[in-house]
Amino acid sequence: MNLEKNLATLKYTPDNVSHLKPNNEDCKTCKHRPCENVCPAGVYEWLEDEQKLLVKYENCLECGACRIVCEKKSLEWAYPKGTKGVMFKKG
Amino acid sequence: MNKNIHQNKTDVIVVGAGPAGISAAVTIARAGYEVILIERGTFAGSKNVFGGAIYTQAIKEIFPDFETSAPLERKLIEHKFAILGEDDSTIVSYRKNHEQAVSYSVIRGKFDRWMAEEAKKEGVILVEETVVRELLIENEKVIGVKTELEDYYADIVILADGVNSLLAKQIGLREDIEPKDVAVSVKEVIKLDKEIINDRFLINDNEGCVYQLFGGSMLGKLGLGFIYTNKDSISIGLGITLDELTEKKIKPYELLNQIKSHPTIAPLIKDGEVIEYSAHLIPEGGYKKIPTLSGAGVMIVGDAAMLVNNMHWEGTNLAMISGKLAGETAIVALSKKDTDEDSLARYQEAIEKSFIMKDLYAYRNLMDIIHDKKEVFLDIYLKKINAFFEMFTSVNGIPKRELYRKFIFNFLKERSLKGLLSDGWAILRLIWSILVK
Repeated sequence: MNLEKNLATLKYTPDNVSHLKPNNEDCKTCKHRPCENVCPAGVYEWLEDEQKLLVKYENCLECGACRIVCEKKSLEWAYPKGTKGVMFKKG
Repeated sequence: MNKNIHQNKTDVIVVGAGPAGISAAVTIARAGYEVILIERGTFAGSKNVFGGAIYTQAIKEIFPDFETSAPLERKLIEHKFAILGEDDSTIVSYRKNHEQAVSYSVIRGKFDRWMAEEAKKEGVILVEETVVRELLIENEKVIGVKTELEDYYADIVILADGVNSLLAKQIGLREDIEPKDVAVSVKEVIKLDKEIINDRFLINDNEGCVYQLFGGSMLGKLGLGFIYTNKDSISIGLGITLDELTEKKIKPYELLNQIKSHPTIAPLIKDGEVIEYSAHLIPEGGYKKIPTLSGAGVMIVGDAAMLVNNMHWEGTNLAMISGKLAGETAIVALSKKDTDEDSLARYQEAIEKSFIMKDLYAYRNLMDIIHDKKEVFLDIYLKKINAFFEMFTSVNGIPKRELYRKFIFNFLKERSLKGLLSDGWAILRLIWSILVK
Protein backbone atom coordinates (compact mmCIF):
# COMPACT_ATOMS: atom_id res chain seq x y z
CA MET A 1 0.00 0.00 0.00
CA ASN A 2 1.09 3.46 -0.78
CA LEU A 3 -0.48 4.95 2.29
CA GLU A 4 2.34 7.43 2.62
CA LYS A 5 2.04 8.40 -1.01
CA ASN A 6 -1.70 8.80 -0.56
CA LEU A 7 -1.30 10.96 2.52
CA ALA A 8 1.15 13.09 0.55
CA THR A 9 -1.72 14.11 -1.75
CA LEU A 10 -3.25 16.05 1.12
CA LYS A 11 -2.67 19.54 2.38
CA TYR A 12 -2.06 19.52 6.12
CA THR A 13 -1.52 22.39 8.52
CA PRO A 14 -0.35 20.51 11.60
CA ASP A 15 -0.72 21.98 15.05
CA ASN A 16 2.26 21.72 17.39
CA VAL A 17 0.20 19.77 19.90
CA SER A 18 -1.80 16.62 19.27
CA HIS A 19 -5.59 16.75 19.17
CA LEU A 20 -5.56 12.99 19.86
CA LYS A 21 -4.65 12.05 23.41
CA PRO A 22 -4.65 8.38 24.31
CA ASN A 23 -4.26 7.38 27.92
CA ASN A 24 -1.04 5.42 27.60
CA GLU A 25 -1.61 3.50 30.83
CA ASP A 26 -4.81 2.12 29.32
CA CYS A 27 -3.03 1.39 26.03
CA LYS A 28 -0.53 -0.81 27.89
CA THR A 29 -3.28 -3.16 28.99
CA CYS A 30 -5.43 -2.81 25.87
CA LYS A 31 -5.99 -6.23 24.31
CA HIS A 32 -6.55 -5.53 20.64
CA ARG A 33 -5.58 -1.89 20.09
CA PRO A 34 -8.25 -1.54 17.41
CA CYS A 35 -7.16 2.05 16.76
CA GLU A 36 -4.17 0.66 14.86
CA ASN A 37 -6.49 -1.26 12.55
CA VAL A 38 -9.32 1.10 11.81
CA CYS A 39 -7.35 4.29 11.28
CA PRO A 40 -7.39 5.11 7.55
CA ALA A 41 -4.22 7.17 7.95
CA GLY A 42 -2.15 4.75 10.02
CA VAL A 43 -1.89 7.32 12.79
CA TYR A 44 -1.45 4.81 15.61
CA GLU A 45 1.43 2.44 16.17
CA TRP A 46 2.15 0.48 19.31
CA LEU A 47 5.82 0.57 20.22
CA GLU A 48 6.34 -2.66 22.12
CA ASP A 49 9.84 -1.82 23.35
CA GLU A 50 8.85 1.54 24.72
CA GLN A 51 5.38 0.40 25.81
CA LYS A 52 4.02 3.47 24.16
CA LEU A 53 1.33 4.30 21.61
CA LEU A 54 2.90 6.44 18.93
CA VAL A 55 0.39 8.98 17.60
CA LYS A 56 1.24 10.51 14.25
CA TYR A 57 -1.54 13.04 14.68
CA GLU A 58 -0.27 15.23 11.88
CA ASN A 59 -1.51 12.58 9.41
CA CYS A 60 -5.02 12.45 10.89
CA LEU A 61 -7.96 12.65 8.48
CA GLU A 62 -10.28 13.65 11.34
CA CYS A 63 -12.76 10.83 10.71
CA GLY A 64 -13.24 9.79 14.35
CA ALA A 65 -13.00 6.02 13.91
CA CYS A 66 -10.37 5.64 16.65
CA ARG A 67 -12.57 7.32 19.24
CA ILE A 68 -15.42 4.92 18.54
CA VAL A 69 -13.37 1.72 18.68
CA CYS A 70 -11.23 2.63 21.69
CA GLU A 71 -11.81 -0.36 23.98
CA LYS A 72 -11.00 1.59 27.10
CA LYS A 73 -13.05 4.57 26.02
CA SER A 74 -10.17 6.67 27.17
CA LEU A 75 -8.94 8.25 23.97
CA GLU A 76 -9.40 11.99 24.27
CA TRP A 77 -10.47 13.05 20.81
CA ALA A 78 -11.12 16.55 19.59
CA TYR A 79 -11.14 18.33 16.27
CA PRO A 80 -7.93 20.25 15.57
CA LYS A 81 -8.08 24.02 15.93
CA GLY A 82 -9.95 25.93 13.24
CA THR A 83 -6.92 26.74 11.13
CA LYS A 84 -5.24 23.37 11.60
CA GLY A 85 -5.48 19.82 10.41
CA VAL A 86 -6.31 18.32 7.04
CA MET A 87 -7.81 20.16 4.10
CA PHE A 88 -9.73 18.24 1.45
CA LYS A 89 -9.89 19.97 -1.90
CA LYS A 90 -11.97 17.26 -3.55
CA GLY A 91 -13.75 15.42 -0.76
CA MET B 1 -35.02 36.24 25.29
CA ASN B 2 -33.87 39.81 25.64
CA LYS B 3 -31.24 40.48 23.03
CA ASN B 4 -29.32 42.77 25.32
CA ILE B 5 -28.53 40.13 27.91
CA HIS B 6 -25.54 38.80 26.04
CA GLN B 7 -23.10 40.21 23.59
CA ASN B 8 -22.62 38.22 20.40
CA LYS B 9 -26.30 37.35 20.40
CA THR B 10 -28.08 36.27 17.25
CA ASP B 11 -31.32 34.53 16.30
CA VAL B 12 -29.87 31.19 15.17
CA ILE B 13 -26.45 29.56 15.19
CA VAL B 14 -25.88 26.63 12.87
CA VAL B 15 -22.81 24.50 13.59
CA GLY B 16 -21.32 22.96 10.46
CA ALA B 17 -21.46 24.15 6.84
CA GLY B 18 -22.28 20.90 5.08
CA PRO B 19 -25.48 20.24 3.12
CA ALA B 20 -27.62 20.02 6.27
CA GLY B 21 -26.25 23.12 7.97
CA ILE B 22 -26.29 25.27 4.86
CA SER B 23 -29.88 24.22 4.08
CA ALA B 24 -31.03 25.08 7.58
CA ALA B 25 -29.17 28.39 7.60
CA VAL B 26 -30.40 29.62 4.23
CA THR B 27 -33.99 28.63 4.99
CA ILE B 28 -33.92 30.76 8.14
CA ALA B 29 -32.09 33.69 6.53
CA ARG B 30 -34.74 33.84 3.80
CA ALA B 31 -37.36 34.48 6.47
CA GLY B 32 -35.40 37.52 7.60
CA TYR B 33 -33.80 36.17 10.75
CA GLU B 34 -30.13 36.51 11.56
CA VAL B 35 -28.16 33.28 11.18
CA ILE B 36 -24.53 32.59 11.94
CA LEU B 37 -23.17 29.49 10.24
CA ILE B 38 -19.99 28.26 11.92
CA GLU B 39 -17.60 26.05 9.96
CA ARG B 40 -14.44 24.52 11.37
CA GLY B 41 -12.71 24.19 7.98
CA THR B 42 -10.91 26.87 6.03
CA PHE B 43 -13.88 26.89 3.67
CA ALA B 44 -17.18 25.02 3.52
CA GLY B 45 -16.38 21.58 2.15
CA SER B 46 -12.74 21.49 3.20
CA LYS B 47 -13.46 18.91 5.91
CA ASN B 48 -16.28 17.13 4.07
CA VAL B 49 -16.02 13.83 2.26
CA PHE B 50 -18.57 11.59 0.54
CA GLY B 51 -18.77 9.00 -2.19
CA GLY B 52 -20.06 11.04 -4.83
CA ALA B 53 -23.68 11.91 -5.61
CA ILE B 54 -26.05 14.71 -4.83
CA TYR B 55 -29.74 14.46 -5.59
CA THR B 56 -31.58 16.93 -7.78
CA GLN B 57 -34.94 16.81 -6.02
CA ALA B 58 -33.51 17.67 -2.61
CA ILE B 59 -31.20 20.43 -3.84
CA LYS B 60 -34.03 22.04 -5.77
CA GLU B 61 -35.95 22.41 -2.54
CA ILE B 62 -33.12 24.62 -1.29
CA PHE B 63 -31.55 26.04 -4.46
CA PRO B 64 -34.17 25.71 -7.24
CA ASP B 65 -31.89 26.94 -10.03
CA PHE B 66 -28.71 25.19 -8.95
CA GLU B 67 -28.21 23.50 -12.30
CA THR B 68 -27.41 26.81 -13.97
CA SER B 69 -24.54 27.80 -11.71
CA ALA B 70 -23.47 25.02 -9.31
CA PRO B 71 -20.16 23.24 -9.96
CA LEU B 72 -21.49 19.87 -11.13
CA GLU B 73 -19.30 17.10 -12.48
CA ARG B 74 -21.47 14.66 -14.41
CA LYS B 75 -25.17 13.86 -14.68
CA LEU B 76 -25.43 10.25 -13.53
CA ILE B 77 -27.16 8.17 -16.17
CA GLU B 78 -25.99 4.66 -15.40
CA HIS B 79 -25.93 2.55 -12.24
CA LYS B 80 -23.91 -0.63 -12.31
CA PHE B 81 -24.28 -3.22 -9.60
CA ALA B 82 -21.13 -5.29 -9.74
CA ILE B 83 -20.79 -8.55 -7.84
CA LEU B 84 -17.12 -9.24 -7.54
CA GLY B 85 -15.81 -12.74 -6.89
CA GLU B 86 -12.17 -13.50 -6.21
CA ASP B 87 -11.29 -13.03 -9.86
CA ASP B 88 -14.58 -12.82 -11.73
CA SER B 89 -17.67 -10.64 -11.69
CA THR B 90 -21.31 -10.34 -12.68
CA ILE B 91 -22.67 -6.89 -13.42
CA VAL B 92 -26.26 -5.72 -13.61
CA SER B 93 -26.64 -2.31 -15.10
CA TYR B 94 -29.45 0.20 -15.40
CA ARG B 95 -29.06 3.07 -17.80
CA LYS B 96 -31.41 5.90 -18.66
CA ASN B 97 -30.63 9.43 -19.56
CA HIS B 98 -33.54 11.15 -17.86
CA GLU B 99 -34.26 14.63 -19.15
CA GLN B 100 -34.37 15.81 -15.56
CA ALA B 101 -31.28 14.45 -13.83
CA VAL B 102 -31.88 12.32 -10.75
CA SER B 103 -28.39 12.88 -9.44
CA TYR B 104 -25.03 14.41 -10.24
CA SER B 105 -21.53 13.57 -9.20
CA VAL B 106 -19.85 16.54 -7.52
CA ILE B 107 -16.58 17.48 -5.85
CA ARG B 108 -17.52 18.50 -2.33
CA GLY B 109 -14.66 20.95 -2.04
CA LYS B 110 -16.31 22.90 -4.85
CA PHE B 111 -19.98 22.13 -4.33
CA ASP B 112 -20.26 22.82 -0.60
CA ARG B 113 -18.30 25.99 -1.09
CA TRP B 114 -20.71 27.06 -3.83
CA MET B 115 -23.72 26.34 -1.59
CA ALA B 116 -22.18 28.34 1.25
CA GLU B 117 -21.51 31.28 -1.10
CA GLU B 118 -25.13 31.16 -2.27
CA ALA B 119 -26.28 31.13 1.35
CA LYS B 120 -24.09 34.16 2.07
CA LYS B 121 -25.74 36.03 -0.79
CA GLU B 122 -29.04 35.45 0.96
CA GLY B 123 -27.86 36.84 4.25
CA VAL B 124 -26.28 33.92 6.10
CA ILE B 125 -23.23 35.02 8.09
CA LEU B 126 -20.53 32.40 7.49
CA VAL B 127 -17.77 32.13 10.08
CA GLU B 128 -14.99 29.80 8.92
CA GLU B 129 -11.95 28.27 10.64
CA THR B 130 -13.85 28.17 13.91
CA VAL B 131 -14.42 25.06 16.00
CA VAL B 132 -17.36 24.95 18.37
CA ARG B 133 -15.99 23.21 21.46
CA GLU B 134 -19.17 22.97 23.48
CA LEU B 135 -22.72 24.15 23.85
CA LEU B 136 -23.61 26.79 26.41
CA ILE B 137 -26.46 25.71 28.65
CA GLU B 138 -28.59 27.76 31.00
CA ASN B 139 -31.56 26.34 32.91
CA GLU B 140 -31.34 23.14 30.84
CA LYS B 141 -31.68 25.10 27.65
CA VAL B 142 -29.07 25.50 24.93
CA ILE B 143 -28.35 29.21 24.71
CA GLY B 144 -25.24 29.36 22.58
CA VAL B 145 -21.88 27.92 21.66
CA LYS B 146 -18.38 28.13 22.99
CA THR B 147 -15.74 28.42 20.28
CA GLU B 148 -11.98 28.59 20.71
CA LEU B 149 -12.06 32.35 20.67
CA GLU B 150 -15.35 33.53 22.03
CA ASP B 151 -18.85 32.61 23.04
CA TYR B 152 -21.81 33.21 20.76
CA TYR B 153 -25.40 33.26 21.93
CA ALA B 154 -28.59 32.45 20.05
CA ASP B 155 -32.25 31.64 20.59
CA ILE B 156 -31.74 28.40 18.68
CA VAL B 157 -28.65 26.32 17.94
CA ILE B 158 -28.84 23.81 15.09
CA LEU B 159 -26.29 21.00 15.23
CA ALA B 160 -25.07 20.07 11.76
CA ASP B 161 -21.67 19.05 13.04
CA GLY B 162 -21.57 15.73 11.25
CA VAL B 163 -21.44 12.06 12.07
CA ASN B 164 -19.29 12.46 15.18
CA SER B 165 -21.52 15.19 16.68
CA LEU B 166 -19.71 15.63 19.94
CA LEU B 167 -22.14 18.45 20.66
CA ALA B 168 -25.24 16.24 20.54
CA LYS B 169 -23.37 13.87 22.81
CA GLN B 170 -22.51 16.66 25.24
CA ILE B 171 -26.18 17.40 25.87
CA GLY B 172 -27.16 13.75 26.03
CA LEU B 173 -29.23 13.70 22.85
CA ARG B 174 -26.87 11.17 21.35
CA GLU B 175 -25.33 8.09 22.88
CA ASP B 176 -21.90 6.82 22.00
CA ILE B 177 -21.85 5.21 18.57
CA GLU B 178 -21.13 1.49 18.58
CA PRO B 179 -18.52 0.21 16.12
CA LYS B 180 -21.13 -1.92 14.35
CA ASP B 181 -23.30 1.12 13.65
CA VAL B 182 -20.76 3.11 11.75
CA ALA B 183 -18.62 2.50 8.70
CA VAL B 184 -15.34 4.10 7.84
CA SER B 185 -15.06 5.03 4.22
CA VAL B 186 -11.79 5.48 2.39
CA LYS B 187 -11.66 7.01 -1.04
CA GLU B 188 -9.20 7.95 -3.75
CA VAL B 189 -9.82 10.55 -6.41
CA ILE B 190 -7.93 9.36 -9.46
CA LYS B 191 -7.15 11.73 -12.28
CA LEU B 192 -7.86 10.55 -15.82
CA ASP B 193 -8.49 12.37 -19.08
CA LYS B 194 -12.12 13.12 -19.79
CA GLU B 195 -12.01 11.17 -23.06
CA ILE B 196 -10.53 8.13 -21.34
CA ILE B 197 -13.32 8.21 -18.76
CA ASN B 198 -15.90 8.53 -21.52
CA ASP B 199 -14.43 5.52 -23.34
CA ARG B 200 -13.98 3.28 -20.31
CA PHE B 201 -17.42 3.97 -18.88
CA LEU B 202 -19.22 4.20 -22.25
CA ILE B 203 -20.55 7.68 -21.61
CA ASN B 204 -20.51 11.05 -23.33
CA ASP B 205 -19.22 14.37 -21.99
CA ASN B 206 -21.13 15.39 -18.88
CA GLU B 207 -22.74 11.97 -18.52
CA GLY B 208 -21.75 9.92 -15.52
CA CYS B 209 -21.75 6.38 -14.24
CA VAL B 210 -21.89 4.87 -10.75
CA TYR B 211 -20.65 1.46 -9.70
CA GLN B 212 -21.83 -0.21 -6.52
CA LEU B 213 -19.33 -2.92 -5.71
CA PHE B 214 -20.32 -6.00 -3.75
CA GLY B 215 -17.82 -8.60 -2.64
CA GLY B 216 -14.29 -8.56 -3.96
CA SER B 217 -11.98 -7.80 -1.06
CA MET B 218 -15.10 -7.51 1.10
CA LEU B 219 -16.56 -10.97 0.47
CA GLY B 220 -18.22 -12.01 3.71
CA LYS B 221 -17.61 -8.61 5.27
CA LEU B 222 -20.03 -5.81 5.96
CA GLY B 223 -18.68 -3.45 3.40
CA LEU B 224 -19.37 -2.16 -0.08
CA GLY B 225 -17.35 -0.35 -2.66
CA PHE B 226 -18.18 2.46 -5.04
CA ILE B 227 -16.97 4.23 -8.14
CA TYR B 228 -18.23 7.60 -9.34
CA THR B 229 -17.16 9.32 -12.51
CA ASN B 230 -16.31 12.99 -12.22
CA LYS B 231 -15.43 15.24 -15.18
CA ASP B 232 -11.77 14.36 -15.32
CA SER B 233 -11.36 12.05 -12.37
CA ILE B 234 -12.76 8.89 -10.85
CA SER B 235 -13.75 8.57 -7.21
CA ILE B 236 -13.20 5.03 -5.99
CA GLY B 237 -13.67 3.89 -2.45
CA LEU B 238 -15.40 1.65 0.01
CA GLY B 239 -17.13 1.71 3.32
CA ILE B 240 -16.80 -1.01 5.94
CA THR B 241 -18.14 -1.21 9.48
CA LEU B 242 -15.67 -0.60 12.27
CA ASP B 243 -16.46 -3.86 14.08
CA GLU B 244 -15.56 -5.74 10.92
CA LEU B 245 -12.13 -4.12 10.68
CA THR B 246 -11.50 -4.76 14.35
CA GLU B 247 -12.59 -8.40 14.32
CA LYS B 248 -10.77 -9.34 11.15
CA LYS B 249 -7.68 -7.23 11.88
CA ILE B 250 -7.71 -5.60 8.49
CA LYS B 251 -7.02 -2.05 7.44
CA PRO B 252 -9.46 -0.12 5.28
CA TYR B 253 -6.88 1.06 2.77
CA GLU B 254 -5.65 -2.49 2.22
CA LEU B 255 -9.18 -3.48 1.20
CA LEU B 256 -9.29 -0.53 -1.17
CA ASN B 257 -6.01 -1.58 -2.73
CA GLN B 258 -7.35 -5.06 -3.31
CA ILE B 259 -10.53 -3.73 -4.92
CA LYS B 260 -8.44 -1.51 -7.17
CA SER B 261 -6.46 -4.48 -8.41
CA HIS B 262 -9.51 -6.68 -9.06
CA PRO B 263 -9.48 -7.70 -12.75
CA THR B 264 -12.87 -6.07 -13.33
CA ILE B 265 -11.87 -2.78 -11.73
CA ALA B 266 -8.19 -2.37 -12.58
CA PRO B 267 -8.74 -1.52 -16.28
CA LEU B 268 -11.14 1.27 -15.32
CA ILE B 269 -8.51 3.17 -13.37
CA LYS B 270 -5.39 2.07 -15.22
CA ASP B 271 -2.65 4.70 -15.51
CA GLY B 272 -4.62 7.12 -13.39
CA GLU B 273 -2.90 9.27 -10.82
CA VAL B 274 -4.24 9.48 -7.27
CA ILE B 275 -4.75 13.19 -6.63
CA GLU B 276 -6.50 12.94 -3.29
CA TYR B 277 -6.99 10.36 -0.59
CA SER B 278 -9.66 10.88 2.04
CA ALA B 279 -11.67 9.16 4.73
CA HIS B 280 -14.90 9.76 6.59
CA LEU B 281 -17.38 7.95 8.80
CA ILE B 282 -20.84 6.93 7.60
CA PRO B 283 -23.70 6.39 10.05
CA GLU B 284 -25.06 2.88 9.42
CA GLY B 285 -27.29 2.39 12.44
CA GLY B 286 -30.43 3.47 10.62
CA TYR B 287 -33.81 4.04 12.23
CA LYS B 288 -32.98 2.36 15.52
CA LYS B 289 -30.06 4.68 16.15
CA ILE B 290 -31.69 8.00 15.34
CA PRO B 291 -31.30 10.20 18.39
CA THR B 292 -33.85 12.49 19.94
CA LEU B 293 -33.86 15.21 17.30
CA SER B 294 -34.52 18.27 19.39
CA GLY B 295 -34.43 19.78 22.85
CA ALA B 296 -34.84 23.19 24.43
CA GLY B 297 -33.12 25.64 22.09
CA VAL B 298 -31.55 22.94 19.92
CA MET B 299 -32.17 20.72 16.88
CA ILE B 300 -29.99 18.09 15.18
CA VAL B 301 -29.81 17.62 11.40
CA GLY B 302 -28.04 15.51 8.76
CA ASP B 303 -25.32 13.01 9.68
CA ALA B 304 -25.29 14.39 13.23
CA ALA B 305 -28.82 12.98 13.48
CA MET B 306 -27.63 9.74 11.79
CA LEU B 307 -29.99 10.37 8.87
CA VAL B 308 -28.54 8.06 6.23
CA ASN B 309 -30.41 5.58 4.06
CA ASN B 310 -27.64 3.08 3.44
CA MET B 311 -29.78 0.79 1.27
CA HIS B 312 -30.15 3.49 -1.37
CA TRP B 313 -26.92 5.34 -0.71
CA GLU B 314 -28.81 8.48 0.20
CA GLY B 315 -27.28 10.92 2.64
CA THR B 316 -26.88 14.43 1.29
CA ASN B 317 -30.57 14.58 0.37
CA LEU B 318 -31.68 13.53 3.84
CA ALA B 319 -29.25 16.08 5.21
CA MET B 320 -30.66 18.91 3.10
CA ILE B 321 -34.31 18.12 3.76
CA SER B 322 -33.73 17.69 7.50
CA GLY B 323 -31.93 21.03 7.46
CA LYS B 324 -34.84 22.63 5.68
CA LEU B 325 -37.38 21.16 8.13
CA ALA B 326 -35.31 22.33 11.09
CA GLY B 327 -35.07 25.76 9.47
CA GLU B 328 -38.84 25.95 9.02
CA THR B 329 -39.37 24.89 12.62
CA ALA B 330 -36.96 27.60 13.75
CA ILE B 331 -38.86 30.24 11.79
CA VAL B 332 -42.17 29.35 13.44
CA ALA B 333 -40.54 29.16 16.88
CA LEU B 334 -38.83 32.53 16.48
CA SER B 335 -42.03 34.18 15.26
CA LYS B 336 -43.82 32.91 18.36
CA LYS B 337 -40.83 33.79 20.53
CA ASP B 338 -40.95 30.27 21.93
CA THR B 339 -37.85 28.17 21.40
CA ASP B 340 -38.41 25.72 24.23
CA GLU B 341 -38.49 21.96 23.96
CA ASP B 342 -42.14 21.62 22.98
CA SER B 343 -41.90 24.29 20.33
CA LEU B 344 -38.89 22.69 18.63
CA ALA B 345 -40.41 19.21 18.92
CA ARG B 346 -42.35 20.20 15.80
CA TYR B 347 -39.14 19.41 13.93
CA GLN B 348 -39.26 15.79 15.09
CA GLU B 349 -42.89 15.60 13.91
CA ALA B 350 -41.97 17.11 10.54
CA ILE B 351 -39.20 14.53 10.07
CA GLU B 352 -41.58 11.72 11.02
CA LYS B 353 -44.10 12.88 8.44
CA SER B 354 -41.48 13.17 5.72
CA PHE B 355 -39.97 10.49 3.51
CA ILE B 356 -36.87 10.58 5.71
CA MET B 357 -38.31 8.76 8.69
CA LYS B 358 -40.66 6.66 6.57
CA ASP B 359 -37.75 5.33 4.54
CA LEU B 360 -35.50 4.74 7.52
CA TYR B 361 -38.37 3.00 9.30
CA ALA B 362 -39.01 0.75 6.31
CA TYR B 363 -35.39 -0.42 6.41
CA ARG B 364 -35.15 -0.61 10.19
CA ASN B 365 -34.42 -4.37 10.22
CA LEU B 366 -32.06 -4.39 7.27
CA MET B 367 -28.78 -4.00 9.13
CA ASP B 368 -29.70 -6.50 11.85
CA ILE B 369 -30.48 -9.14 9.26
CA ILE B 370 -27.35 -8.43 7.24
CA HIS B 371 -25.21 -8.49 10.38
CA ASP B 372 -26.72 -11.85 11.19
CA LYS B 373 -26.32 -13.30 7.74
CA LYS B 374 -23.32 -11.55 6.29
CA GLU B 375 -21.31 -14.75 5.76
CA VAL B 376 -24.19 -16.06 3.69
CA PHE B 377 -25.53 -13.00 1.86
CA LEU B 378 -22.21 -11.27 1.35
CA ASP B 379 -20.09 -14.32 0.66
CA ILE B 380 -21.76 -17.59 -0.36
CA TYR B 381 -24.58 -16.07 -2.42
CA LEU B 382 -22.37 -13.52 -4.14
CA LYS B 383 -19.94 -16.26 -5.09
CA LYS B 384 -22.78 -18.48 -6.25
CA ILE B 385 -24.08 -15.83 -8.62
CA ASN B 386 -20.69 -15.71 -10.26
CA ALA B 387 -20.41 -19.49 -10.16
CA PHE B 388 -23.75 -19.79 -11.93
CA PHE B 389 -22.66 -17.56 -14.79
CA GLU B 390 -19.31 -19.29 -14.97
CA MET B 391 -21.15 -22.58 -15.34
CA PHE B 392 -23.66 -21.12 -17.80
CA THR B 393 -21.02 -19.67 -20.08
CA SER B 394 -18.71 -22.66 -19.94
CA VAL B 395 -18.05 -24.70 -23.05
CA ASN B 396 -16.32 -27.87 -21.98
CA GLY B 397 -17.99 -30.87 -23.55
CA ILE B 398 -19.77 -31.73 -20.31
CA PRO B 399 -23.52 -32.22 -20.80
CA LYS B 400 -25.50 -29.24 -19.50
CA ARG B 401 -27.75 -31.37 -17.28
CA GLU B 402 -24.68 -32.64 -15.52
CA LEU B 403 -23.42 -29.05 -15.07
CA TYR B 404 -26.71 -27.88 -13.61
CA ARG B 405 -26.94 -30.83 -11.26
CA LYS B 406 -23.39 -30.34 -10.12
CA PHE B 407 -24.06 -26.64 -9.52
CA ILE B 408 -27.14 -27.43 -7.42
CA PHE B 409 -25.34 -30.21 -5.56
CA ASN B 410 -22.46 -27.87 -4.70
CA PHE B 411 -24.88 -25.17 -3.66
CA LEU B 412 -26.64 -27.50 -1.24
CA LYS B 413 -23.34 -28.74 0.05
CA GLU B 414 -22.37 -25.20 1.03
CA ARG B 415 -25.78 -24.05 2.13
CA SER B 416 -28.02 -26.77 3.53
CA LEU B 417 -31.74 -26.87 2.86
CA LYS B 418 -32.24 -25.76 6.43
CA GLY B 419 -29.91 -22.83 5.87
CA LEU B 420 -31.69 -21.90 2.66
CA LEU B 421 -35.04 -21.93 4.42
CA SER B 422 -33.68 -19.75 7.17
CA ASP B 423 -32.27 -17.29 4.60
CA GLY B 424 -35.55 -17.26 2.70
CA TRP B 425 -37.43 -16.59 5.89
CA ALA B 426 -35.09 -13.72 6.77
CA ILE B 427 -35.63 -12.20 3.33
CA LEU B 428 -39.39 -12.59 3.62
CA ARG B 429 -39.37 -10.94 7.03
CA LEU B 430 -37.28 -8.11 5.63
CA ILE B 431 -39.56 -7.61 2.64
CA TRP B 432 -42.58 -7.74 4.92
CA SER B 433 -41.11 -5.05 7.17
CA ILE B 434 -40.31 -2.87 4.16
CA LEU B 435 -43.65 -3.25 2.40
CA VAL B 436 -46.23 -3.92 5.06
CA LYS B 437 -45.35 -3.05 8.61
